[in-house]
Amino acid sequence: MIGTPSIRLVDVSKRYGRIFAIDRLNLEIQDGSYACVLGPTGSGKTTLLKSIAGLTQVDEGQVLLDGVLVNGLPPERRNAVYVPQLYALFPHLTVQGNVSFGPIARGIGREEVAAGAREMLELVRLEKRAGSMPQELSGGMQQRVALARGLASGAKLLLLDEPLGALDARLRLELRGQLRDLAKRLGLTVVHVTHDQAEAMTIADTVIVLREGRVEQAGTPFHIYHRPGNIFVANFIGDTNFIEGIVSERRPGGSTLELRRSINIMVADTSYLPGERVVVALRQEKAHIVREGVQRTNVLRGRVQAVRFLGNFVKCEVRLENEDAISCKLMRAREIPKDGDEVAVTFRPEDCVVFPYQPTGLGRDLEVF
Amino acid sequence: MPKVEIAGLTKAYGPIEALAHVDLTIGDGEYVSIIGPSGCGKTTLIKCIAGIIEPSRGEIRIDGRDVSGLKPEERGVGYVFQEIALFPQMDVWENVTYGPRVRGWPEDRAREIGREMLEMIGLQDRSDAYPNELSGGAGQKTAVARAVSSGSTLLLLDEPLGALDAKVRTDLRYKVRKLAQDLGLTAIHVTHDQEEAMSISDRVVVMRAGRVVEEGTPAQLYLRPRNTFTANFVGEANFLQGAVAEIDGLGAVVEVGGHRIGTRDTSWKIGDEVVACIRPEFVSIERAAEGSAIRGEILRESFQGSIVRYTISISGGMAISADYAADLEPLGLNIGDRVGVNVRRDNVIVYPASKGGLAREIALE
Repeated sequence: MIGTPSIRLVDVSKRYGRIFAIDRLNLEIQDGSYACVLGPTGSGKTTLLKSIAGLTQVDEGQVLLDGVLVNGLPPERRNAVYVPQLYALFPHLTVQGNVSFGPIARGIGREEVAAGAREMLELVRLEKRAGSMPQELSGGMQQRVALARGLASGAKLLLLDEPLGALDARLRLELRGQLRDLAKRLGLTVVHVTHDQAEAMTIADTVIVLREGRVEQAGTPFHIYHRPGNIFVANFIGDTNFIEGIVSERRPGGSTLELRRSINIMVADTSYLPGERVVVALRQEKAHIVREGVQRTNVLRGRVQAVRFLGNFVKCEVRLENEDAISCKLMRAREIPKDGDEVAVTFRPEDCVVFPYQPTGLGRDLEVF
Repeated sequence: MPKVEIAGLTKAYGPIEALAHVDLTIGDGEYVSIIGPSGCGKTTLIKCIAGIIEPSRGEIRIDGRDVSGLKPEERGVGYVFQEIALFPQMDVWENVTYGPRVRGWPEDRAREIGREMLEMIGLQDRSDAYPNELSGGAGQKTAVARAVSSGSTLLLLDEPLGALDAKVRTDLRYKVRKLAQDLGLTAIHVTHDQEEAMSISDRVVVMRAGRVVEEGTPAQLYLRPRNTFTANFVGEANFLQGAVAEIDGLGAVVEVGGHRIGTRDTSWKIGDEVVACIRPEFVSIERAAEGSAIRGEILRESFQGSIVRYTISISGGMAISADYAADLEPLGLNIGDRVGVNVRRDNVIVYPASKGGLAREIALE
């Protein structure tokens, strides 16, 4: 079924009491693709996974897997496996026993089960620990056993709820690539819920951003990052400066915006009319600090308020002359400014993403609690 | 006088030592983070300081006083941990003024402190909200305020932001840091988030297998880690194994798979087997391959949000990663391009090659 989305949700809602966990949600995930779901706490990420898995029955809408309506079908008839956040391994069974449990329960022959378990443990590189008990393993290893157990079920749709969530940041980094490679090698379709944006950006074919039970935006990582569809996504993904202004001039090559206290900047976007109030979203790593006197479009003067060492980036918080704040994340900088330094900040007109100003203010869109 | 002195601290569970002879001194007013892979002992360490876990051997002094045998509430510490532990039947105000009141402070003094705390965490408007009505971030701020209002000058933060969304975490970490700074508190902060530790600490302690591997300022640990484990743990790194081929006027020149990498390290002799460590953001790609110390071919381009990582294959079956943030002048590189790779000498760190192999030296589990 080439071209058929492996997962399709049409106007799906799920209520708990009066609260909508997911609210008329629409979504398509292509066969064989790796999708990552991001969103604040309470945005419906886990409910979405459980609705696909059949662990939650939706109140309204259609859930289609490979084009077949599965509403009402129990989990075991959906060819999908849900791997929960807290990997509940059976403590009294060995690693091998845990991985084999499902297939044995389904009545598959012992030799076949053993061969399958071996293969899955090799995939997660734990073949040498087949005889270990769960409590003898590290968190990372237990997580991989849970994954192997999910894979051993033979399901072709893998639903992962924070599969790397319990792990140390450095280990996550190593395992995330392996997880994607594994899924691709086995030809699985994966929906992976995570709170780690870099993880999603690095391994996903498609990133889905949820908020209050709805899809705010879905697209490739590149698209989501560079062309966020709204202020919420621009803020939620990445580290972003927001600058308010009014369009003062519109020409074929770009528009001029007037910021507070009559400071002008150029943006490449020409879709707004003179007089319109707008909000510019500018990634912090796209705001650069340059030497005084450099001739470029968009050079704004300001004073450094704080310098924060982040490892690969150094973040400089700058108060501009017009009192607007702008943060610059610097990489490969020859010189790192210090607190109180007078600096010039620059950015490219094409790196400014322009949104209409919300009469209610930015507050709600920047709210991620 | 140092705020906290830890000497020979050991906690054994049967034959396993969760903490093995840890020595650590924390200055008054210092903000110290403790990081390390899971199971390294960082949580055991902070719980020993808090008095929640009884160590097997060793000594902990707080303000010069040996605290062994003292109950947590007798140690004068404010303890905040990952799961918000506010009193559910008390509102924000009652939670924040709990410490002063159980200590029997005069009512007006307790009120004054309560007001000061709420103002500090920006929750004046929520003083009558109950914990279950608060967002995760507001709840955690209240927990920090409650720990501080008890008058403790030592704050023990055990993954205090662990349960929060990434955005809220980032915002709150700077607030907690500022609060500690403004009040002149000493803080020990355990986290699994290396960036969090880097961005707010005066000093970072790296632990592994129950021991302190290294400690230093964030910049020292990131830019000049003293061993490969730290180099790998606190950021990403290219590790290139080779041997010293030459000592020129500036330092050792390391030969790696036929390429020569200059360093400023003069402590080597020709023939020494070494590992050269280079952070990906210090690797520069040159469009013209000629004239570069290392030449190779772009193998992969991987988008990671704020950075793009290029993987360059170089002869000898090796690969080197280069990270680029959005630059003012885009590089315009394509897969398969022949390129040069340059690294400034200052940015190469040299370690002795280990007998057990690099993989074992940097292993996380």
